[in-house]
Amino acid sequence: MSQTSFTIEQFYKYLTEGKLMAGKCTRCGKIHLPPRPLCDNCFNNQFEWTEISGKGKLVTYTVIHIAPQQFQAMAPYAVGIVQLENGLKIPGMISGVAPEQMRIGMELAIDFGACSTAQPWPQWPRYCFKPL
Amino acid sequence: MVGKPLVSIVSAGLSKFGKREGLYARELFAEAFKEALDRCPRLEPKRDIKAMFVGHMGEAYEHQGHTGAAAADWTGLLNIPATRTEAACASSGAALRSGVYAVLSGLADVVLVGGVEKMTHRTTAEVTEYLAMASDYPFEQWHGITFPGLFALMAKAHMHQYGTTEAQLAAVAVKNHYHGTLNPKAQMQKEITVETVLASRIVASPLKLYDCSLITDGASCAILTKPELARRFTDQPVHIIGSGQASDTIGLYERQSLTSLSAAKLAAKIAYEMAAVTPDDIDVAEVHDCFTSAEIIAYEDLGFCKAGEGGKLAESGETRLGGRLPVNTSGGLKAKGHPVGATGTAQAYEIYLQLTGQAERRQVKDAKLGLTHNVGGSGATAAVHIYRSETQ
Repeated sequence: MSQTSFTIEQFYKYLTEGKLMAGKCTRCGKIHLPPRPLCDNCFNNQFEWTEISGKGKLVTYTVIHIAPQQFQAMAPYAVGIVQLENGLKIPGMISGVAPEQMRIGMELAIDFGACSTAQPWPQWPRYCFKPL
Repeated sequence: MVGKPLVSIVSAGLSKFGKREGLYARELFAEAFKEALDRCPRLEPKRDIKAMFVGHMGEAYEHQGHTGAAAADWTGLLNIPATRTEAACASSGAALRSGVYAVLSGLADVVLVGGVEKMTHRTTAEVTEYLAMASDYPFEQWHGITFPGLFALMAKAHMHQYGTTEAQLAAVAVKNHYHGTLNPKAQMQKEITVETVLASRIVASPLKLYDCSLITDGASCAILTKPELARRFTDQPVHIIGSGQASDTIGLYERQSLTSLSAAKLAAKIAYEMAAVTPDDIDVAEVHDCFTSAEIIAYEDLGFCKAGEGGKLAESGETRLGGRLPVNTSGGLKAKGHPVGATGTAQAYEIYLQLTGQAERRQVKDAKLGLTHNVGGSGATAAVHIYRSETQ
């Protein structure tokens, strides 16, 4: 169907181009974010890419103080789950807002490649969310 | 009419939980197994035990995988089939379930199930990283979300939706630490107050150090057989009358609800129906309190109270020893400790003691029906088992 396969790796490659892309099942229309090789609704393996809005609302969050080794330099840092405008949820770090200002329901937008870490592995760009 | 026995537990064993310096996992497993043998003198292990399943989460701790064979070797049970089960913190809940499959299949009349983990020789950062392997790598670990972080996301959502408070979370820790003082095998042997919990340092907000379960070394096991053979080995078998296991998305973010675990609800529904009992019938329960908030959510998922009322139930004292439904009389993961691979069958061990009247200072009076609730990852696996005493 498409030259690019519907993989997690391709999802992250699109992020470097500033695009949040999902896989849409050509049979049942279910949108998969991240994309999957097999539709979990109808078991079809044919998809098309669809760009989705990176704007959404914060559903829940936490500020992580005890971090794994590769994130220790960044701690404390905030992570949350954001419900995008199309209803799908995606997790990510939240930056640009102080922990005490953070509120469930606040509007956030995806920021491409703004976050970094000292020892990234594997070498994927890392999106985050920022206040609108 | 309570459901008929699926399989029977004829013995069980538990190593001392805690910081077990200088020991390997296989040595801890042998310690747990020895207790099970001592409790069951009519069992001849080399003659009777036909298969074993051993829960073990992480080969990173000791640079050692292939735990099934290692455990068979060091318990003297060669040459039986020995298989490691891995389902994160539900690894031995899955071992127990596998034992139920094995006995019911008719392929093995007597089966050893258990689990083990050796963790305390690693740094907190290393353990944090190894535990996080049970979460989604490309979307959770990759974004710095730790295990406490995942449960903190659920705790925060629960507090927002239902008004659950940090003091209610702390009440779970206070209760389980109290129970731990009654269990000589528990890692923590001191009582704490709500203030201790609230003043402890933040791990992943709103969860603080005393909201978290422990990093622990330990092993556990149980010996299962067909109900019609149980009396050959013991006069006091405990029968498993309900067994449910379910799965959910590996990533927390894809779940419809962030305030309950649908795998746990499903596993509980299956187990209750199989056992033909309701939540009100349960006399004693061991639930997966990897974090205090997880015990509150477990109350709701298991039907011990309505959704949103878990915080109030924690504060009420009803789940404390002497209350209407004592939960985690062993001290739970919070005070007994959480050697992740050992936890599922350690819960079964506690229920075995309770239903055979051997729980000593923490004995629940006239306990006849028990339940265990074991969760893997942030809820991608759940195993629920229901047990009844011989005298029920």
